[in-house]
Amino acid sequence: MTDDHVYLTLAEGDHEAEARWAYGTGFADPLLGVDTAPAPDVDGADLSLYCQLLGDDALVLAQRLIEWTTHAPELEEEVALANLALDLLGQARLLLTRAGQVDGTGRTEDDFAYWRAEHEFRNVRLVEAENGDFAFSIARLLVFATARGALYRRLAEAAPDAVVRAVAARGVKELAYHQEYAAAWLLRLGDGTAYSRERMQAGLDAVWPLVDELFTAHEVELRLGLDPAGLREPVEAELARAIERATLAVPTARPLARIGGRAGREGVHGEALGRLLAELQVVAREHPGATW
Amino acid sequence: MVTTAARPDAAQLAGAVPDPELPMLTLAELGVLAGVEQAGSAVTVWLTPTYSGCPAVAEMAADVELRLRRAGYTEVAVRLRLDPPWSTDAITPAGKAKLAAAGIAPPGPARPGLLQLGPTRLVVHCPQCGSAATEELSRFGSTACKSLWRCRDCREPFERMKEI
Repeated sequence: MTDDHVYLTLAEGDHEAEARWAYGTGFADPLLGVDTAPAPDVDGADLSLYCQLLGDDALVLAQRLIEWTTHAPELEEEVALANLALDLLGQARLLLTRAGQVDGTGRTEDDFAYWRAEHEFRNVRLVEAENGDFAFSIARLLVFATARGALYRRLAEAAPDAVVRAVAARGVKELAYHQEYAAAWLLRLGDGTAYSRERMQAGLDAVWPLVDELFTAHEVELRLGLDPAGLREPVEAELARAIERATLAVPTARPLARIGGRAGREGVHGEALGRLLAELQVVAREHPGATW
Repeated sequence: MVTTAARPDAAQLAGAVPDPELPMLTLAELGVLAGVEQAGSAVTVWLTPTYSGCPAVAEMAADVELRLRRAGYTEVAVRLRLDPPWSTDAITPAGKAKLAAAGIAPPGPARPGLLQLGPTRLVVHCPQCGSAATEELSRFGSTACKSLWRCRDCREPFERMKEI
């Protein structure tokens, strides 16, 4: 992979210095020139898989969030949700690029996003579930942003890889805005009318069985010393504060069953992911290598 | 033999490139210029992207490279530096003044740690009339870094750059 492919192409055009070109004329390596040597005592395959766990969560939720475009209650919410999706997509690009660097395969972010099958995706089932109504999507966003924010705060200090630490340090700030956005809607709907309250509670109740998986360790998390179980208590406490403030009840629903002991992290997904990936991947697969 | 005196200073050239999305600011004023190393006709420039998903990074890098090549630098490398992450605190005072002059309310100091899980109370002055009687319309605007506001006195809508 060369360092300067896209820049040279752009820079050697005959446009004037002040000329502008459209975004999407080429996608840059999101880790361009970043020192990418992994720490010597970290197993490259393990680190790659860990990056895929987190990168797939971000990629799949980004895709769900942009599905709200043209369907959200108000134009401002579409803009907001698309902005949140862009943050998550940016995180996914960095993490999946990193995954292909450290496992020695040289796979790119596009290889991971477009050319893996459903069972190769490692996201939790929380992020792949259909959007449902706005309340469900807000409840999911609140849970994800709270849990991922807590994880990123920890990774910014403790991740065994400099790139993951950097992604996390930036992600903490972004996720804080996501969490704040979701919490504001939770409050507005929960402490709103009787009807909005009922819908928001139903959204929380429907999301709750999917929370457990965020804190159930995959073997690679254990090997890297990054068991997410320790985050459960502080995250659930933070969620409970937001939920109670919105005059809602913390759900008591039991976790969604695992299939033969496996779930999203092990590549076992619901059928919702298949439909999501069909839409995400169709253009890349019908026109391999196409550029525009 | 080419002397360095024949070329303008690389850091100044790179820093003077306008931001693609906020063209009233230079990259130096926005605080994304993270470092410049110059050795003869070779120069390496480090940029720190604003947001993870910032789509303007490729454009910034291409602009920097183009300017440096036109000024006579033959070996130009643009690299990214992710750590420490960019913060609105990196925007220079001159940059904040230019934002305000362009009708975009500049960010205050970045908030440390967790945000409040409830309605936030910010006093934002209208960049048109200076009134503090303003209200937020949406936390997110035309780009991830801005929010939408309205002034209740002069009735003008305006954008505000968020702290991060």
